[in-house]
Amino acid sequence: MRTDGIFIGIEVDDEALASEPRLAGHLSQVCPVDIYSEPSDGELEIVQRNVDECVLCRLCLEIAHLEVGENAVRVIKIYDGGAALE
Amino acid sequence: MRFFEYEAREIVKRAGIPVTDFGFTTDAAEARTIAERIGGPTVIKSQVLTGGRMKAGGVKFADTPEQAEAHAADILELEINGHMPRGVLVDPKADVKQEYYAGVVWDGTAKKPVILFSDMGGIDIEEVAEQHPDHVGRVHISNLLPISDYQAKECIAQTGVTGRALQRLTPIVRSLAQLFVDNDMVLAEINPLCEMKDGTFVALDAHMDMESEARGRHKGLLKDLGVGDDETRLAREPTDFELAGEEVDGADHRGVAGNVTEFDGNIGLVIGAGGGSLTLFDAVRAHGGEPANYCEIGGNPSVHKACGLAKLVLTKPGVDKIAVMMSIVSNTRVDIVARGVIKACLELGFDPAEKIAIFRIPGAWEEEGFKILEKYGIEYADRSVSMHEAARRAVVKITGPDAVAAAAEAGS
Amino acid sequence: MSILIGADTTFIVQGITGREAVNLTRECLDYGAGAKIVGGVTPGRKGRDVHGVPVYDTVAQCVEAHGGPIDGSVVTVPPAFTKDAVFEAIENAVKLIVVVTERIPRRDVAQMVELANMRGARIIGPNCLGVIVPDVVKMGGIGGPAKNAAQAYSAGPIGVISRSGGMTTEMSSTLTAAGLGQSTAVSIGGDAIIGSTYAELMPFFEADEQTEGIVIYTEPGGRMEAELSQWVVDNDCRMPIVAFMAGRFMDEMPGMSFGHAGTIVEGKEDTAAEKIARLADAGITVAEEISEIPEIMKSKLAAHVEHKPPPGVSVPAWVRGGSPL
Ligand code: SF4
Repeated sequence: MRTDGIFIGIEVDDEALASEPRLAGHLSQVCPVDIYSEPSDGELEIVQRNVDECVLCRLCLEIAHLEVGENAVRVIKIYDGGAALE
Repeated sequence: MRFFEYEAREIVKRAGIPVTDFGFTTDAAEARTIAERIGGPTVIKSQVLTGGRMKAGGVKFADTPEQAEAHAADILELEINGHMPRGVLVDPKADVKQEYYAGVVWDGTAKKPVILFSDMGGIDIEEVAEQHPDHVGRVHISNLLPISDYQAKECIAQTGVTGRALQRLTPIVRSLAQLFVDNDMVLAEINPLCEMKDGTFVALDAHMDMESEARGRHKGLLKDLGVGDDETRLAREPTDFELAGEEVDGADHRGVAGNVTEFDGNIGLVIGAGGGSLTLFDAVRAHGGEPANYCEIGGNPSVHKACGLAKLVLTKPGVDKIAVMMSIVSNTRVDIVARGVIKACLELGFDPAEKIAIFRIPGAWEEEGFKILEKYGIEYADRSVSMHEAARRAVVKITGPDAVAAAAEAGS
Repeated sequence: MSILIGADTTFIVQGITGREAVNLTRECLDYGAGAKIVGGVTPGRKGRDVHGVPVYDTVAQCVEAHGGPIDGSVVTVPPAFTKDAVFEAIENAVKLIVVVTERIPRRDVAQMVELANMRGARIIGPNCLGVIVPDVVKMGGIGGPAKNAAQAYSAGPIGVISRSGGMTTEMSSTLTAAGLGQSTAVSIGGDAIIGSTYAELMPFFEADEQTEGIVIYTEPGGRMEAELSQWVVDNDCRMPIVAFMAGRFMDEMPGMSFGHAGTIVEGKEDTAAEKIARLADAGITVAEEISEIPEIMKSKLAAHVEHKPPPGVSVPAWVRGGSPL
């Protein structure tokens, strides 16, 4: 799934989400600006109105990397020609 | 936070200092009832948080309850220095033998409260201090040790007051110092403190100012006095624009968009932080610009907050463009503020390059911030461009080069 | 040399587990040679660590674990608890206390200062960003992350004292860009009552051989500038001083406070105009713009060096080559 704001886009690999049921919960815990939320049914939701608040802290990338593997989550800097946060 | 006279007198009374049998009301008919209860000549005083009441006609003397009602009706309608009165105070007309002054203020150099006393009451204490320095007593009090009678006594005695007056005044002045400390006041003043013809000592008028930061510690007192949490009691009432600014600041807890203040110029300012805003506001004016507002962003605000503030300023009537400027930031992030102000333009249907005259915020995360500004074609500056130069560019772009030239002419 | 702190200064952070304090700890550890933060205090959190700094329940435990007196403390606890935290530090023989917390009622500050005076301790702040000795050490959030602080501050002969934290960095950065480094920069806080005023810090700079000139940032409100002017005259200050005054517009708006809690024009002594006149009377030049400060300072230093070279200080190259205004 992918959700874009004006400056930032967030992309989470659907297969990765399916393969690791804890990922959704952990993403919602680490993000300091509440971009990820996990409604009661365990589905991940990317909160549209918070996407542009992303502080580029990489915490979501790190947790996804640890639990699933590289590129399970991508933070895209739309203002920087679509470059992904490394 | 300043108190109205009727509240200040109530505070004085609670501290055990004798006051007259006054009454407060917002209703002319009730003023008559109070005057009837007092029974005798009265004084009707407008309750406003501004000086010059007497001159403006906000203080009137009444011989009968009917007169008291008529005066109260007039005064309740009378605007003084842009303030409508909160109500009127009805006071028995005093038979004064001698007027004194007693006050407590902070001495920022000694970092202690200082008790001030004068045997020349009823007039401005600064004037007395200048013209009759030997008629002003001063004693500092410790912040750690309890206040003692002798300190008040020493202060009074410095002015040469002795005998019965000294003995009667001492506990009053000590109580005033105590109430200053107990209530986190920044000013506690009784002026005049009177010896009446019947030999009693009474506080006839009082001024109290409580430190805003300490309001939370005095909820009980404020509730008793009927002071609402939202009453700022500043030198002037907040405008709708300023209230909207407070709303933007309160919308989320991240960062600050503080002190939003309305001015009547055309240059919209999104500036920060404390010292930076003071510097930039001066700089805009020094270059002949007329700011539409003042504000202080800081403490790393969210994109949402920066956006809300920029929107508020951009939609203020008379504002065409905004200047976004700060001193070098280390906590607030350049990229987050950039996102916020650009978002504001876009959501209002404007071209950010057109609406943002200049963006001068160097510091934390500036590389990312400058990338964003580049993308939207906004004129920006790094730390090599001084705050004054950035302000000058803003005035040139918004008001025109003529204004800057005229200001330079006037300044040289 | 420097004033107040140096490479060997040991300090603790009270309220170390708070969000801002965690950042501040990281910044201080990373800057220069790395601050010697020997412990942190958050009641009930003993046993944790913050970026490798051990957390204790009390200041006494920090002192015990350190095995000797601790020089300083950075206090970042909420306003309602600040007085207690500062008392605790003072009574545990801490001698330099940087109070970061804002919005502390004046009476609490005055109590802290009075106790500090009784015990021979010094308070910087409240509502300040602390102290930095460029390239060596910083104590407090001043200058921000180590990378940002390194960009703005450089070592050199100028002492900086400022009522605004952010403007301490802006002015130092301007000095740095002009080749004038700083001996020590102190953010003293913008409240009406503060632990250390300009005049109270001047003797430290006066005694510091590295410091050859002073730059101050001032605002309307209070009598601190008058106090400085008096000190300069009374002590025949050996160093030139250049000041910048912000908030001149406030002279037209008595009774309103902008910027910092201490800025309010109540009487005629509080105004920017009055303060500028007073500073000028004491021979302190008041710059119209921050960007003018380096040139004014260079020309004053050049004139100064000719008249009375400070003992044991050689004339720096830029003074000889500099162009007096
Ligand atoms: S980088 Fe940080 S702020 Fe951005 S989405 Fe990931 S966790 Fe949230």
